[in-house]
Amino acid sequence: MNTAAALLPLSLSLSLLLCGNASAAPRDDILRSLDSAARAADPAFAGFSAARGQALHTQTFAGGKPDTPACTSCHGATPRSSGRTPAGKAVEPMALSLSPTRYSDAAKVDKWFTRNCRDVLGRECTAREKGDWLSFMFSQ
Amino acid sequence: MPIPARPLALCLVIVAVSALVLGRAQAGGDHYFPPVSDPLVKEECGACHLAFAPSMLPARSWQRMMGDLKHHFGDDASVAPEVAARITDYLVANAADKAGQPYTRKLLRGLSASDTPLRITELPKWVREHREVSDREWRHKNVRTRANCVACHADAERGQYDD
Repeated sequence: MNTAAALLPLSLSLSLLLCGNASAAPRDDILRSLDSAARAADPAFAGFSAARGQALHTQTFAGGKPDTPACTSCHGATPRSSGRTPAGKAVEPMALSLSPTRYSDAAKVDKWFTRNCRDVLGRECTAREKGDWLSFMFSQ
Repeated sequence: MPIPARPLALCLVIVAVSALVLGRAQAGGDHYFPPVSDPLVKEECGACHLAFAPSMLPARSWQRMMGDLKHHFGDDASVAPEVAARITDYLVANAADKAGQPYTRKLLRGLSASDTPLRITELPKWVREHREVSDREWRHKNVRTRANCVACHADAERGQYDD
C-alpha cells in the first residue's frame, strides 16, 4: 500500500471536518455575540440552554398580537413541523437538521427576532432568550 | 409568375391567429400575472405572504404601500431604506398600469384614477371575479384570508390564476 492510499482516509476526514467548521462558522459567530451581550446584561449568566429555548418556543404570551400568542402559532407545534403565517404562507421547519441553510446570515436572524419577538411577546427578546432559542433549534 | 393573393391572405390569417393563440398559451391563458422574478423582492415580500405579482396593482398603489411599511396591514414590515427603494423601483416598473400585459389592464377596469387601493382584493374587477366564493369558503381553515391566493389557485406562485 502506498502512502497516498494510506493518507486518503485521513485527508478525507480532515476535509470533512474543515468543511463542517466552515459552514457552522456564521452560527458560532451569532451565538458568540449573543453570549457577550447576555454576559454584559447579567454577570451571573452561565451559558445558553436548549431546554429554556424549548420552553420559550412553546410558551404562550399575552403581550403580542392576539393571532400570534406563541412562536408555534406560525412555526408549527414542534421545530420539526412546518408552519403557516396568518397570510397563509407555508413556513419551513425551524430545526437546523431539517432546514440546514437557516441561521447562516446574522442580519437575517436579527431581522426576524426583531419582528417576531415584537409580534409574539410584544417586546424585544433579550440576548439570553435569543441564544436559548437558537440553541434549541441547533439541537433539533 | 403572379403570386396568388387569396391563398397568401389566408396563409397570413392562419399565421396571425396561431401566433395569437400560441402567445396566449405560452402566457398561460387569460389570467396570467408574471410572478416576482427579483430575488430581493421575492425574499422580502414573499416571507409572510405570497409575493404578489407587481402587475396586480397600479404604480401609485405600490408607491403608497412602500411609503408606509411600518403600518403594513397591521404589521410593521419595515425594511432598510435602500431595500425599500429597490423594491419600490421593481414594483413600479412592473405595475398593472405599466406592464402592458393584456389581462393586467383589465384588472384595473372600474378603478377610478383617483383611487389608490392597497388591497388587490378591493379592485372592482377582483371583487367581480370572486363573487361566487361563499363566506363559508373564505372562512375555511385552509383559506382564512383573501390574501391566501394559493389556497385555491394552485399555480399562483407561477403567476397562473386561470383556475
